[in-house]
Amino acid sequence: MSDETPVAVRLTGIGKRFPGVIANDDVNLTVHPGTVHAVVGENGAGKSTLMKILYGVQAPDSGTIEVEGNQVSFSSPADAIDVGIGMVFQHFQLADNFTVLENIVLGAEKLHGTGERARRRIRELASAYGFAINPDALVEHLGVGARQRVEILKVLYRGARIIILDEPTAVLVPQEVDELFDNLRELKAEGLTVIFISHKLDEVLKVADEITVIRRGTTVDTVVPADVTARDLATLMVGSELPSPATEVSTVTDQVLLEVSGVGLVDPHGGRDLLTDIRFTIHRGEVLGIAGVEGNGQSELVEVIMGIRHSPAGTIRLAGREISDESTTRRRETGIGYIPEDRHRHGLLLDSPLWENRILGHQTRPPCSRRGFIDRAGARADTERIVTSYDVRTPGIDTHARALSGGNQQKLIVGREMSGDPVLLIAAHPTRGVDVGAQAAIWDHIKTARRKGLAVLLISADLDELIGLSDRIAVMLRGALVGEVDPRTVTPTQLGSAMTGAEVPA
Amino acid sequence: MIRVRSMLMTMAAPILAVALAVLITTVVLLAAGDPVGRVWGTIFSEPRPRNIVNIINSGSVLYLSALAAAVGFRMGLFNIGVDGQYRIAAFAAAYVAGQAWVPGILNIALAILTAMLVGAMWAGIAGLLKVTRGISEVISTIMLNAIATALVAWMLRSVAVPGSNNITTTPIPESSRVPGMALIPGAHNEIYGFVFLAVAAGLFYWVLLSRTRFGFNLRATGASESAAVASGIDTKKMILAAMLISGAVAGLVGMPLLFGDSYSYGVTFQPGLGFAGIAVALLGRNHPVGIAFGALLFAFLNEQANALQLQAGVSAEIVKVMQGITVLSVVIAYEVVRRANRAAEQRRVAAELARARAEATEVTG
Repeated sequence: MSDETPVAVRLTGIGKRFPGVIANDDVNLTVHPGTVHAVVGENGAGKSTLMKILYGVQAPDSGTIEVEGNQVSFSSPADAIDVGIGMVFQHFQLADNFTVLENIVLGAEKLHGTGERARRRIRELASAYGFAINPDALVEHLGVGARQRVEILKVLYRGARIIILDEPTAVLVPQEVDELFDNLRELKAEGLTVIFISHKLDEVLKVADEITVIRRGTTVDTVVPADVTARDLATLMVGSELPSPATEVSTVTDQVLLEVSGVGLVDPHGGRDLLTDIRFTIHRGEVLGIAGVEGNGQSELVEVIMGIRHSPAGTIRLAGREISDESTTRRRETGIGYIPEDRHRHGLLLDSPLWENRILGHQTRPPCSRRGFIDRAGARADTERIVTSYDVRTPGIDTHARALSGGNQQKLIVGREMSGDPVLLIAAHPTRGVDVGAQAAIWDHIKTARRKGLAVLLISADLDELIGLSDRIAVMLRGALVGEVDPRTVTPTQLGSAMTGAEVPA
Repeated sequence: MIRVRSMLMTMAAPILAVALAVLITTVVLLAAGDPVGRVWGTIFSEPRPRNIVNIINSGSVLYLSALAAAVGFRMGLFNIGVDGQYRIAAFAAAYVAGQAWVPGILNIALAILTAMLVGAMWAGIAGLLKVTRGISEVISTIMLNAIATALVAWMLRSVAVPGSNNITTTPIPESSRVPGMALIPGAHNEIYGFVFLAVAAGLFYWVLLSRTRFGFNLRATGASESAAVASGIDTKKMILAAMLISGAVAGLVGMPLLFGDSYSYGVTFQPGLGFAGIAVALLGRNHPVGIAFGALLFAFLNEQANALQLQAGVSAEIVKVMQGITVLSVVIAYEVVRRANRAAEQRRVAAELARARAEATEVTG
């Protein structure tokens, strides 16, 4: 595009340093008005920092920001809102017990009051941009897609002409993604500018007019979707070939390692049952994937198998032994490796050195302990082994877990959980929030585990990962397994429909 | 090299904190118009042999009290109740030892066992309430302190030696007293024989916390309860166990005084040791050696302050002000050092990543 059109946003030479880390370095970005401009890059590439700078949350150390031809500098988001920039964060910031109207006017009462005038304005906005939304609905009754529309309306209500969306599709199933993209096209048609941050390349190619790629904190290229494929973008993003989760030939045997039958779980707060009559088996050398929108009982299922929560009914058998009444420690000793979904809360002692983290979950077994005493030498030596063979990038095993990047923390956890000859590996969102390099490594480790004859229970929100790694996929909805799909034939869209309760494809 | 630097920074924190406390106390003294030079001259004068003995003796008692609090701190439990636990335990032990049901050294062993059991039970009440009913141990131990005070006063009345103005339990027989040690030349008072009890408790604490599986589970629960649960630790059991151990150690606090000084429990038995212990544990960062330094520093200040009224005409309470400021500034100093260490560590990790990356490019490029 030519320079005669006034640009919506122009960033020049933006740099931002944190202690020891360069988050952004010489970032240049030009966004034209009335377009959807995607900013892509792998996790940790510096996309979020850049957007925080553009929204006034953080001040850049160097470089300039121009909005609609005027150079600006923000000391807070309020300054950014004043020049017409709005941001929708990945994690929604809505009060559940308020209505849509109340959430939208909250903090912007001066614009159109809180009553009929505000309601009229919201209706105008909603119909202008094709958002089907009732201003008086309670937010707690809304689905994820609708909540996101409320967030966007909130930003529009405050007069934003440039809207930043941070990973808006991360929480959506494919159908909702399509709806969101329709909304974005409406916004564009009305002359608004959308900056769309993502690392999902197919989506970006579908919706963006221009794509800027960020790698290791700096902008490497800006391209037009017509000229590139997802593969080209990936190469730009990582600087090398993109790995794929797809597994090799089947290693499934007929020997059952995990057998769950009739397991349930009652909501301690009196809501509907968290789990109802769950039954499935996993064989030696098999990966069973669990697909489902988050919050449909996946975490609870894992906790029941681990013995953290207790099912009032049903049985769990591991390698032929009934473990339903055993403690978490006994189950781990029997051979469960567990990669938890939230590694910071459940997988690590962040302020302890790596070698102490090696002991966690293995307190009762060599090489970590002997007869009630911690075997420091044994634990340290084995941590060295994990660091080397799982390629954990760290200055040493006395480094605190907190200092490592997400990918390296996860590699340490995978290495630890694969120690001590497990027969079952439970992997909950194993590659969430890790960089592409670590993602490929973790996929490899899961494939290796399968080849070595482990039973693997894989829970993931990344449908490509689920389809690529699993031998079978069970769909979970409202605490029950509602069907099974064949990963060799199912598409992400079909899987997405099944997850929201539509007919399960045969 | 890295470890040496981080150790130096750790040592720097308490030294800076004491310096800051001296500075602020000086300001307080100046504001009150007190003779600053004479106050510091008195406090920082060389202690006489007699004072050295007193410092070691009261230091050992403070040390036990701080260990009791530190056991709880290491797993995120705030046992405010050491004060009540040591008093009720000391009373029970004094009563048992005074009855002399068994002779000599056996009597001592029985009394110590009683003290530990009673201390553990008293703390265990708070532990049980927390595990079964989710009641904060801070609230329950504070209340148990008040109950312990009243209970001991009431029981003391019913068992006190009749006909005496001094209300005490029956004195421990000569054969069951722990003789002192004349270790400091020139002092005619003696160091408690039970100083070794403090040393033994310190060793036990160190081995338990940093060498055993139980200690690992305890620290892991303190560092992250959710991660501890996922790793298979029964955190409820750990809460109860930690409170019981904390209470048992608290039970030992009164023993050096009982067997080396007063030989009975009476209304004049030294109060307030539990709260001083919390401050000393904070000062020593829950580390057995750090606590030892903290306990000796507090004992030193208390002892030297005794002469303030005579030498400088200033109330000895000024030392309490200084101790309070020391604890506050040490907490701040540790936090500053912790953040500095964390930032330094992140820089090292970033450097490591950059190096690995450079190597990778060399290989491919």
